[in-house]
Amino acid sequence: MPAVQETIDQVKAIDVDQYKYGFVTEIESEKGAKGLSEETVRFLSAKKDEPEWMTEWRLDALRRFKTMLEPSWARVSYPDIDFDELYYWAAPKSVEGPKSLDEVDPELLATYEKLGIPLAEQEILAGVEPKNRVAVDAVFDSVSVVTTFKEELKKAGVIFCSISEAVREYPDLVKKYLGSVVPVTDNFYATLNSAVFSDGSFVYVPEGVRCPMELSTYFRINEQNTGQFERTLIIAEKGSYVSYLEGCTAPQRDENQLHAAVVELVALDDAEIKYSTVQNWYPGDKDGKGGIYNFVTKRGDCRGRNSKISWTQVETGSAITWKYPSCILRGDNSRGEFYSIAVSNGHQQVDSGTKMIHLGKNTSSRIISKGISAGVSQNTYRGLVSAHRKASNARNFTQCDSLLIGQDCGAHTVPYIESKNASAVFEHEATTSKISDDQMFYCLQRGLSEEEAVALIVNGFVKDVIQQLPMEFAVEAQKLISISLEGSVG
Amino acid sequence: MLEIKNLHARIAEDEAEILRGIDLTVNPGEVHAVMGPNGSGKSTLSYILAGKEDYEITEGEILFNGENMLDMEPDERAAAGMFLAFQYPIEIPGVATMEFLKTALNAQRKARGEDPLSIPDFMKTVKAKAADLNISMDMLKRPLNVGFSGGEKKRSEILQMSLLEPKLCVLDETDSGLDIDALRIVSEGVNKLRSPERAMVVITHYQRLLDHIVPDVVHVLSRGKIVKTGDKALALELEKNGYADYVDAAA
Repeated sequence: MPAVQETIDQVKAIDVDQYKYGFVTEIESEKGAKGLSEETVRFLSAKKDEPEWMTEWRLDALRRFKTMLEPSWARVSYPDIDFDELYYWAAPKSVEGPKSLDEVDPELLATYEKLGIPLAEQEILAGVEPKNRVAVDAVFDSVSVVTTFKEELKKAGVIFCSISEAVREYPDLVKKYLGSVVPVTDNFYATLNSAVFSDGSFVYVPEGVRCPMELSTYFRINEQNTGQFERTLIIAEKGSYVSYLEGCTAPQRDENQLHAAVVELVALDDAEIKYSTVQNWYPGDKDGKGGIYNFVTKRGDCRGRNSKISWTQVETGSAITWKYPSCILRGDNSRGEFYSIAVSNGHQQVDSGTKMIHLGKNTSSRIISKGISAGVSQNTYRGLVSAHRKASNARNFTQCDSLLIGQDCGAHTVPYIESKNASAVFEHEATTSKISDDQMFYCLQRGLSEEEAVALIVNGFVKDVIQQLPMEFAVEAQKLISISLEGSVG
Repeated sequence: MLEIKNLHARIAEDEAEILRGIDLTVNPGEVHAVMGPNGSGKSTLSYILAGKEDYEITEGEILFNGENMLDMEPDERAAAGMFLAFQYPIEIPGVATMEFLKTALNAQRKARGEDPLSIPDFMKTVKAKAADLNISMDMLKRPLNVGFSGGEKKRSEILQMSLLEPKLCVLDETDSGLDIDALRIVSEGVNKLRSPERAMVVITHYQRLLDHIVPDVVHVLSRGKIVKTGDKALALELEKNGYADYVDAAA
C-alpha cells in the first residue's frame, strides 16, 4: 500500500496528531434503514436536525414520488433501479469504500497521475475509507484556505454555505426559493431528490454585490460529503453577479451508482449568474461496469428584467448522463446561455442538452453544444427552444456539432422548437463530422502521436465552449478532454 | 540518406499496382527532382515515404539513414527527420496555425528526448521564419489551412518545413496552385533550406519550378518505374518534347 503509507509517513514526519482532526468511524453505525419510506425521510431529516417545515416538505415530495413513473424517453438504457434497495442516509464512502488506493481501479489512478493530483487528494477522490485516510486532511491543509475565503465573502455580504446549514440559519430565504425553480413534482428524479436530498451548496448574493471571487465546490470538498442527492440553490439579488464552479477535473469515484442532483438558480433584475461544471464521475471500467448514473435537473430562472444566466458544462464522466441545464427567460430582456461539451467514450451513454423557455419580451438565448463520441458510446443532444405568446422578439441561436471518433459510436441530435409568437426568430445549425484519416495522417506526418493528434483536433472542435470557462478551469478541462479520449483511436 | 530499393507497392483496397520497382538513392546535400505524367505514381511515392496506411508494399525496401523506414510509424519518421510538403494541405478547424506549429515542434522534440522550446524562443523563431515567407501574424492566428488561399497553404507548408528542420524534405507538387510571385517566395524559402546535411525530393509536373529550385538530379517516373535519370538538362528536354517517349518506354 505505497500511497497510503507515503501519506502517513509524511504526516508522521511533521508530527501531527492524527486524531485531533476528528475523523471518526462511527458513520457506519449511522446508516439508516434501507428503502424509501416515510420513516427513512423522517430519520434522515432528524439526523440533519431539520425544522418541521423541511421534514414536511420532504414528506410531501415522497408522497408525490410514490405516484410517479420513471421516464423512459431518453436514449439511455440501464438495468432497473430498485429504489427500495438503496440507502438514503449514509455517508456513501463508509458503505464499502476501498481500504486503500491499492483497491482502486489502476486505470483511474493512472489518470490521477496524468492530471498531476497529489496523493492525498487522490485518496479522497477515489473514496478511500475515511479511517484509512485519517492523515490526509492534515497534509491537505484546506482549513486555512476555507477560513480566509469565508472571511472575504462575509465582508461582501455573500452567504456561501451548505444547504443544510442554510435550512437552519436562513429559513426564510430557503422557504422562499427552494422548489421555486424546480417544483417538487417537476420530474421523477427531481421529486426523489426533494424527498431525500443529502446536501449541497447554498449561495445568496445581496443586492448590487459583485461576488469578489469565483465560488467553487472545490473549497468544500473536505468539509462535507455531499452524497448522492445533491441540492444546490443560488440566489442573485438585483444587480448582483456571481460565478460558481462545480466539480473537479479528477475522476471521482463513489460507491453509490445513482446520483440525482437538483440545482436551482434565481436571477432577479439586472443580476447575472454564471454556472460552470466539470463533471467527471467514474464512467465505469473498460467493460462499462460500475459507472455512475447521473440524473440531474438543473434550471435557472431569469426572474427579473435584464437578468442573465449562463450554463457552461464539460461532461466527460458517468456511465449514464441525463442532464438538461435550462433557463426560464421570464423577465423582459433577459438572456440565457448554454455552452456544453459532452464527451463519451467506452460504454458511456449521454443524453444531454438544454431548454430555453422564452416567456418575457425581447428575451434572447444562445446554445452551443459540442458532442464528441468515441468507443461504443452513444451521445445525444436533446434541446427545447420555445417562445410563449407574450415573448415578442424572442431570439435564439443554436449550434449543435457532433464529432465521431471511430466506427462504433453514435451521435444523435434531437432539437425541439416551439414558437407561439410570430415575431420570434430561432436559428438552428447542426453539423456532424468525423476525424478524417487525412487529418490524422497530416498531424502524424508533422510528428504528433495519434493521441496528440486526436487531442489537438478535438480541442479545436470544442474551442468555442472552452473559451467560456474561467481561465484556470479551461486549461484543466482541455487536458481532461484529451485524457478522456485516450485509447479511442488505433 | 534515402535508399529506395526495388520498391513495389499497390493500393491496399483494390490491389491496383502503382509502383513497379523503384530504385532511388538520395545523398545528403542533394536535390532530386521526380517528374512524370499524371498517374505515374509520383504522389504515391511521397505518401509511401511518409507512411500513409492506404498502400501495401509488396516488394523492396526503403532505408532512411540506414534504418528500415517501412518499420516506422508516420510520427516516428517525422521525428527522425522526414517531412512531406503536401500537395493538398489538410484543414484543421479551430486549431490556430501557431498552436499547430508549437504542438508539432514540441512533439518532435519530445520524441527525440529534447525539452520543449520556451514560448518566447518559439515566438521569436516563428516570427523570423514567417516574415521570410511573407506570412503575417494574422494568418498564424487563423485555423490551420481553413479558408487559406492556394498560395497561403503552400507558404504555410514551407513555414512548417523550415521550423521543423527536417533531414529529408519531400515536396509534392508544391508549385501547383501558385501564381508567379508566390512561386518565387516559396522557392526562395525552399532554397534557404538547402544545406549539405539536408536532402530534398521535389515532385513536379513542370520544369518552371526547377528554374527556381535547381536540382542536382532529375528522374522521370512513368507507370511506377524510373525510366530515365539525368541532370537539369533532362527537365528542359521534357519541357520541349513532353512525356510521350517515356510513357512508351515504360509500356
